[in-house]
Amino acid sequence: MKGFKKLFGWLVMLTIPFLLAGCESNLIVFDPKGPVARSLTDLIIFSIIFMLVIVIVVFALFGYIVWKYRARSDDGNFEPEEEKGNHLLEIIWFTIPVIIVIALMIPTTKTIYEVEDVPQGYEEEEPLVIHVTSADWKWIFSYPDQDIETVNYLNIPADHPVQFKMTSAGTMQSFWVPELGGQKYTMANMQTNLFLVADRPGSYYGRNTSFNGKGYAHMDFEVQALSQDDFNDWVQEVHDTANTLTEEKYSEILEPTVIGRMTFNNTHLEWIDHAHGGSEKYLNPELYRISHGHEDHEGHDEKSEEETDSNEDQTKTEPSQSEDHAHH
Amino acid sequence: MSLDEFFVTGDPLILASQIAIGLTMIGLIALITYLKRWKWLWNEWFTTVDHKKIGIMYIISGVLMFFRGGVDGLLMKAQTSRPELEFLDAQHYDEIFTTHGVIMILFMAMPLLIGLMNVVIPLQIGARDVAFPKLNALSFWLFFAGAMLFNVSFVIGGSPDAGWTSYFPLAGKEFTPGVGNNYYAIALQIAGIGTLATGINFVVTIIKMRAPGMTWMRLPIFVWSTFITSIIIVAAFPIFTVALAYMTLDRLFGTHFFTVANGGDPMLWLNLFWLWGHPEVYIVVLPAFGMFSEVIATFARKNLYGYKSMVYAVAGIAFLSMLVWVHHFYTMGNSAAVNSIFSLTTMMIAIPTGVKIFNWLFTLRKGRIEFSTAMLWSLAFIPCFTIGGVTGVMLAMAAADYQYHNTMFLVAHFHYVLIPGVVFAVFAGLYYWWPKMFGFKLNEKIGKWHFWLFVIGFNMTFMPMFFVGLDGMSRRMYTYSASTGWAGWLGFSAIGSIILAAGFAALCYNIYWSFRYASRDVGNDPWNGRTLEWATASPAPHYNFAKVPEVDRLDAYWYMKKEGNTGLKKSDLKPVHMPSNSWTPIFLAVVFGVVGFFLVFEWFTLAILASIGIVVGLVANSFDYDDGYHISVEELADEEREWRGDLQ
Amino acid sequence: MTSHANNMPLEYKTQQSQMNILGFWVFLGAEIVLFSTLFASYFVLEHNTAGGPTGQDIFILKDVLIETFLLLTSSFTCGLAIHSMRSHHKTGLMVWTIVTLLLGAGFLYMEINEFIHYVHEGASIQTSGFTAAFFTLLGTHGAHVTFGIFWISLLLIQLARRGITEKTASKFFIASLYWHFLDVVWIFIFTFVYLKGMVM
Ligand code: HEM
Ligand SMILES: [Cu+2]
Repeated sequence: MKGFKKLFGWLVMLTIPFLLAGCESNLIVFDPKGPVARSLTDLIIFSIIFMLVIVIVVFALFGYIVWKYRARSDDGNFEPEEEKGNHLLEIIWFTIPVIIVIALMIPTTKTIYEVEDVPQGYEEEEPLVIHVTSADWKWIFSYPDQDIETVNYLNIPADHPVQFKMTSAGTMQSFWVPELGGQKYTMANMQTNLFLVADRPGSYYGRNTSFNGKGYAHMDFEVQALSQDDFNDWVQEVHDTANTLTEEKYSEILEPTVIGRMTFNNTHLEWIDHAHGGSEKYLNPELYRISHGHEDHEGHDEKSEEETDSNEDQTKTEPSQSEDHAHH
Repeated sequence: MSLDEFFVTGDPLILASQIAIGLTMIGLIALITYLKRWKWLWNEWFTTVDHKKIGIMYIISGVLMFFRGGVDGLLMKAQTSRPELEFLDAQHYDEIFTTHGVIMILFMAMPLLIGLMNVVIPLQIGARDVAFPKLNALSFWLFFAGAMLFNVSFVIGGSPDAGWTSYFPLAGKEFTPGVGNNYYAIALQIAGIGTLATGINFVVTIIKMRAPGMTWMRLPIFVWSTFITSIIIVAAFPIFTVALAYMTLDRLFGTHFFTVANGGDPMLWLNLFWLWGHPEVYIVVLPAFGMFSEVIATFARKNLYGYKSMVYAVAGIAFLSMLVWVHHFYTMGNSAAVNSIFSLTTMMIAIPTGVKIFNWLFTLRKGRIEFSTAMLWSLAFIPCFTIGGVTGVMLAMAAADYQYHNTMFLVAHFHYVLIPGVVFAVFAGLYYWWPKMFGFKLNEKIGKWHFWLFVIGFNMTFMPMFFVGLDGMSRRMYTYSASTGWAGWLGFSAIGSIILAAGFAALCYNIYWSFRYASRDVGNDPWNGRTLEWATASPAPHYNFAKVPEVDRLDAYWYMKKEGNTGLKKSDLKPVHMPSNSWTPIFLAVVFGVVGFFLVFEWFTLAILASIGIVVGLVANSFDYDDGYHISVEELADEEREWRGDLQ
Repeated sequence: MTSHANNMPLEYKTQQSQMNILGFWVFLGAEIVLFSTLFASYFVLEHNTAGGPTGQDIFILKDVLIETFLLLTSSFTCGLAIHSMRSHHKTGLMVWTIVTLLLGAGFLYMEINEFIHYVHEGASIQTSGFTAAFFTLLGTHGAHVTFGIFWISLLLIQLARRGITEKTASKFFIASLYWHFLDVVWIFIFTFVYLKGMVM
């Protein structure tokens, strides 16, 4: 039958991109740049192999059966025999998935535990602590030990563990730097923890994956991994040049806007840690009101209005658009 | 509130739709008036309690909602087809994916499945109707009122825009102060009450109204899956009822269930939502499994392989579906132990699902497979759903999910589950049971067009999403820059969605064509079926069976045919008791809709005044002692002679 | 349809009545889920008082005990009503049902007073996560009681007009299931909200 040939051809076509997936190394998730992301990628590839086997077995059986037992004009319109089922076979296709589940569960659990802690090989080093505060629609990074705060970009030393203590000033976001590791939510009144390491200096793409309103698509940031020396230089430079963050300025930052990068010489943790409540003080529902129809593509407009009063840090004037986070 | 805020204004796209909606409404009303059909509509449809008519109304609404949700999908695909397009702005995109998600799951998948359940289940168990016909009508009308209220948001007040999951704090009044998310809370509540009533109705129907001799292990598999689905509905929907009530209280009355301030806990919403939400996806997928089983057995001309293990598998899936909700927020910072446990329970769902896939394959094996359109859908389901399934297992592995969560990979996955699992099933069911509903078949040739366009379009649309997801594109992004390198995948996907839409258009054309031209001479059993619905006329008479059939094994009708046992003796006929039509269901639903609308705008006085209607409806219902009527033996015999010829 | 149902109580006589009763049991299953969700949410939010009053600050044991007494007694009189119904004793059914409803109304009166008192103490439904969950749980129960009183009053009118028939009997029986269920829910509220709240 013609339809069936088409079906079969289509099935083959379908498997091809899937097969390619495993080898496709351009994809960001398959291109880890740090130990945490690497262990996730390993787990993913391990699972894909199993899944491919399952897909191939099911597709092959399916193709074979549908082809072999198709109705034909010359089969005398026979009536197939009734079959009750076969205990042995049913036990087999019950047990095989059980085994697969066990086989997947072991590395899954191992990896889940592994990525909760400082990555292997870095246990001895004292992690750099960075507080992440997400707001609509920007990322605020505070370095309490360095007494620095940045907005929409993140500088970290390469080859050194970083501990992120994450919270949100309002809506829920998810902090994700796929090349360095998996994501985790940031929530008001709560603190979540994430460890990441970048193998080498480089620029990595980070973004929010948890939808939080109009500016969500633009809520990305750049992670710059610097050599330890460069990192120290940067810290020094910020201390020499950046402005001080005031509480007023801070509430302005927290307003729902898409803004560029900023750098400050102190952190907002001096007056509030959103992990411990108090965020409502900065919220103003009126700023979230939408007027239907009179849409002015606010996101873009806000963006072009570059901040003028932050310091002259070299990264500051770059727009925080995703253009500079191309990862290919 | 100024009129300017009341009506959504400004955007030409919306203005055009508003005008189109307005004109369609006026046109419809004028047409009905012109044809003098109001009375007919009222008597035959609006007040009907006949499960088949209610089913058909569900199906019509579902198809309309599929159109609306599909247009939403296409608009999104158009917007992301090229980088930095400004076809839709962020706000519109947000509203559209929210309404798309809600409409597709609650107002497309649910009514289409419940519609088919309504038409088929009483027939398959040899019953005259469901246990509570009037409640059944109320279920439908409440669903319809909820759906309409939800859709009104598009023109009046503004659509919800916090995603179909409406996560707090975003969905709270601090962050979305408009009325959009009030619509979400209230419209879904109204529709949800209807669904809950459907669940109760089908549980009782299946327990109490099976034909004599139809023991549990002789139930057609679709009845089993409906039964278990109904139990999940009863167990899961009240959770959503409570969650939506909290949402309403937070938004309308300033309470602090889910707020950031004053001791609210937004994560409570996430837990409640998914405690309902995950079972909900099984509520839509399990009946679909049942339909595929029926269609596959019929067109392989064999009994279902491993019937018992199929039943246990459905029960197992239903049970596990209650224990997996945390997999929707592995990334919330749960302890490693919690994430491990929920990874395990989630992956375990793959086991009974795998059993089902193999049982279907072995039903086909040694059969004589006929490629009717209904069968093509069921066949295509197997490979497509397998892809959805294996990617589901990948997502179930918590650590790996840290990289997929909320990306397009997830979007691709759930469309690969929901479209083969629900939409293909609904199409299979429509082609299969169409003659039983309307007395003519859908055209098989146009059906093949529908099938190939849709299946190819579907794969083209959603396969690339796996890859952009793995490439770091998160879901719900209305735009992206060219440097991301996603444009190729998304452009391809957008083309796929046009083919998909062409497939849907072919279905609509098929319905039109078949309605006009298809042969009305299909007989009672056009597909050589196995179950009782084929034992009665097509379309099924309002009393379903002149004489309730007796069942002595699984696939009873198949053996009745073999034993030449399908005739009807006039002496066996007895008068048939039928329920009367009732105005209370539609009346109550309209009042619910009106009260809901007032609540959306927080016009409390009006809402309270309108609620008097609810009291009136309930009191009238309580005092209603109408016992229905009887169809006499003579009438039965006449109607039966029409399709059987002379009675024995 | 009514064949082998002859030795059944009146309310089970017809197939439709049997289905109504089973359907109501299934509905009560849904109600159990509903109240479980309300309880679970209450436990989650119980300590989120946001600086407002806690349960310990405001609960008054005496009033709650009276409410409990009223509702438990009403459940008992409701049982007596059904007992009268089974022995076709129309006046007994009437009288005991009216007593039940009066006790229910007494409970409601006490509960409303209790709520007013809490609001005066500065604990309204908008005060905190705790008060939201508390008032919603209690309010849902109270609303059920209110609904029950109106519903059963309608049944009384029907009883007066029609006497004890297969239909009215099954309606009364179903209403009694509902009433007992509310009693059970109250016992949980009493234990896990009030007692627990006062000692912890
Ligand atoms: C007709 C073809 C369909 C197309 C073209 C389509 C397309 C899309 C797109 C583009 C998204 C949003 C992706 C994003 O930006 O995050 C989406 C989301 C979604 N779709 Fe579909 N879809 C289709 C059918 C369906 C069906 C049949 C269902 C369910 C039965 C469904 C359920 C959903 C849900 C639940 C979401 C998530 C909405 C949200 O993020 O809140 N879709 N779909
Ligand atoms: Cu789930």
